[in-house]
Amino acid sequence: MGCGTCSGCAGVSEPVLAVEGLRVRFGGVEAVRGASLAVRAGETHCLVGESGCGKSVSARAVMGLLAPNAVRSVGAMRFEGADIAGLNDRAMGKLRGDRIGMIFQEPMTSLNPAYTVGSQMTEVYRRHRGGQQRAAVDRAASLLARVGMANPGLRLGQFPHQLSGGLRQRVMIAMALMCEPRLLIADEPTTALDVTVQAGILRLLAGLQAEMGLALLLITHDLGVVARVAHRVSVMYAGQVVESAPAAELFAAPTHPYTRGLLASVPVPGKVRRDEKLGSIPGTVPRIGPGFVGCGFRDRCAHAMAVCAEAVPLRQAGAGHDYLCQLT
Amino acid sequence: MTRKVAAALGLLIVGFTLVVALFGPSVVRADPFAQDLMNRLKPPAFMGGTDAHWLGTDQLGRDYLARLVYGARISLLIGAAAALTSGVIGITLGLLGGFFGGRVDDAVMFAITCRLSIPLILVALAVVSAVGASLTIVVTTLGLLLWDRFAVVARTTTMQVRTLDYVAAAEAAGAGLFHVLFREVLPNIAPHLVVVATLEVALAILLEAVLSFLGLGVPAPLPSWGLMIAEGKDYMFFDPWVIMVPGLALFTLVLGINLVGDGLRDLFGVRRRV
Amino acid sequence: MWRFLLRRAVLAVLVCGTVLVLSFSLTRVAGDPALAVAGPQASAADIQAIRVAYGLDRPLPTQFFDWVGKAARGDLGRSYLFREPVANLVRDRLPVTLTLGLVGLAFALVIALPLGIVAALNEGRPLDRVVTLVALLGQALPSFWLGLMLIILFGLRLQWLPIAGVEDWTGFILPGLVLSFSAIPALLRLTRSGMIDAMASDYIRTARAGGLSRASIVCKHAARNAAMPVVAIAAVQLGFMLGGSIVIETVFNLPGVGYLAWESVSKNDFPVVQAVVLLLALIYIGLTLGADMLNALLDPRLRA
Repeated sequence: MGCGTCSGCAGVSEPVLAVEGLRVRFGGVEAVRGASLAVRAGETHCLVGESGCGKSVSARAVMGLLAPNAVRSVGAMRFEGADIAGLNDRAMGKLRGDRIGMIFQEPMTSLNPAYTVGSQMTEVYRRHRGGQQRAAVDRAASLLARVGMANPGLRLGQFPHQLSGGLRQRVMIAMALMCEPRLLIADEPTTALDVTVQAGILRLLAGLQAEMGLALLLITHDLGVVARVAHRVSVMYAGQVVESAPAAELFAAPTHPYTRGLLASVPVPGKVRRDEKLGSIPGTVPRIGPGFVGCGFRDRCAHAMAVCAEAVPLRQAGAGHDYLCQLT
Repeated sequence: MTRKVAAALGLLIVGFTLVVALFGPSVVRADPFAQDLMNRLKPPAFMGGTDAHWLGTDQLGRDYLARLVYGARISLLIGAAAALTSGVIGITLGLLGGFFGGRVDDAVMFAITCRLSIPLILVALAVVSAVGASLTIVVTTLGLLLWDRFAVVARTTTMQVRTLDYVAAAEAAGAGLFHVLFREVLPNIAPHLVVVATLEVALAILLEAVLSFLGLGVPAPLPSWGLMIAEGKDYMFFDPWVIMVPGLALFTLVLGINLVGDGLRDLFGVRRRV
Repeated sequence: MWRFLLRRAVLAVLVCGTVLVLSFSLTRVAGDPALAVAGPQASAADIQAIRVAYGLDRPLPTQFFDWVGKAARGDLGRSYLFREPVANLVRDRLPVTLTLGLVGLAFALVIALPLGIVAALNEGRPLDRVVTLVALLGQALPSFWLGLMLIILFGLRLQWLPIAGVEDWTGFILPGLVLSFSAIPALLRLTRSGMIDAMASDYIRTARAGGLSRASIVCKHAARNAAMPVVAIAAVQLGFMLGGSIVIETVFNLPGVGYLAWESVSKNDFPVVQAVVLLLALIYIGLTLGADMLNALLDPRLRA
């Protein structure tokens, strides 16, 4: 789960992002309860879970973009080895857009309608790098070309409403990469896009990662996306990371009951027989209040035991493969 | 929390003014019209005047408190009557425009634009001046001029409600136009209109005060608060309280009505329209 | 966009026409203007003479088109009271009223915009409540009473500012301030809600994720989007303020169009009243058209 405590990261370099024991609370709801993860350079780490499990909140907690009424506490949060948990908003702001980039789910509304694409991109660049407008524009144009846009010069002078959703998402990606960040956090980048456009965006992200050695934290609820791009997967449920493993291993040998239920409910062409019922997990995601102890999945789990109401131990199912469950 | 306190305060103010308007003249037995030139501009009893006139007298020796109390009647009466008149006009226009759309709506929007273009106070003054000042004229003039906000809100809410299922159901069941408008649409847009009504009452009261202040509103010797301020203007450097008191009364009443309006807006969950 | 503006311009012309008719009818609503001019003591012959002299004996439509025709050429008739061309009277006084209106708008913007932004950034907290309270109080304050109170304060106690007339620019300060109070509540509320919506938007989240400074986020990105409806309202408020100048000018004794209008109304000087109603309406129509154009300029989405 987090480096230093888990079993499988031996012999590799320091992760770009390491989070241990993240907790986030909004008023009376515990959105994240002790989540830990790590993302390495050149690695795509997918954080997957259904709505409300706390994955987006976790990403925003890392960036320091939570709502004012949110309370965040964390055991450790390190970026490129340095502690970022204690940074105030201004210090964090220096990292955001520069060393850490983030793109969001809704490309239609995530760009300011009052300013041109070019001005928004160059503003981020000049905020962190200074310099002349000319240099910033050149960089923006080259990045737009890199993310696959034809005629970057034209696009730079256009306003967001003149671009389609897919194009806007490419602009968002380019904007996030203006300062060559080490880490890119993508919060459901393809969810709001057409299926045909999704594939293109995912391919783009994979290509950029290979080229720039990016550490990519990709948040999604779509297992198809995970299967396509993930090197490592963390499954989240009710505010906790219930299973974490290399992608291939997770699909081959899911251990946590929730993960198994999740994978069983996805129809795989060729594997599912016509007369077989599609798996589903009964019940709904619970709302966790303060003082909740034990496994959040126990009300929906077929294997629930009395001991599940107590603190759940972290177990290992293999090299680099951890899960949070009483079952062995 | 403060919202509820504010609304309660507003209700208190309006309620108090209502009580004063209804029962005040019987309690304060002095005649607001009786002049006593020997006792002009006496200060209030607690500032050195006589007990006979608790709030002192005005420049013609008339009891100030009696005039103030009577003025409450005038303000509330005009406010309510003008708002009622303008409400009928505005809501009808808004309903028709919002419901039928097309040319009818174009006509309604045109009427609203024309109404907004004309300088309100000047036109009201001109009408009163031409026809003659009286309570009825003031109410009619304000009623004929203040319908725009009613129309705008009625129109917008009708347009929103128009496409909802229960309207279509009523129409499919063969309901007549009047039935649909008054039994289906109107009850559902009523909360918004009530909020507008309170604001219009406040506006009507303020405008009547302005007209009376400028000498072309409620005719003397009726003790409209605006008129009292105008009459006291010549003496204000010697006795500021002569204009302070009716002004404060006006301010408090309008504030109270606005607070009630805001409270109603919160109660009905109406989103604020500027 | 140009088609939209053209439509608005045509509509404006139609509204103008309607206002012309209304303004013309206004002065004839109580009957024969000649009677009012002549006074109660006049004989029938006198009244008839006046009628002929002012062309009031012609059929109404003729009078109307004659007036419109002349007005289009700048001839707004002659004032009964001053025996001067109305156009001259208005021309002499218009600068004062326009200055007053602009000063009032300036005060309103300078006060309402920053307060609205501050309230939005502190939403729900004490500062926000105080600002909202101020807006509430401002809405209930009768402008003429406020004017008088300030005159007492500055005329009697503190002798800082002139309280009547306009010998120099300081004479516009108090009246402008009082005038601004009528526009401040609406501008304040709109700025506040606009900023709250803008700050909660997705593009502000993107700006924060890009590490932009707070100043840039608030003043450049959020304010720009919140400004658009405010601009439209500001133009409309200016129109209302010019209409309301009648009260302020009488209270502060300013020789403007409003004061002229009031004098003319109380003395039944119809040509002047007609002309001023028309003038104020035209200014209002012009302002709203200008606001539409400004909006189209500010919002790129409207330009396509």
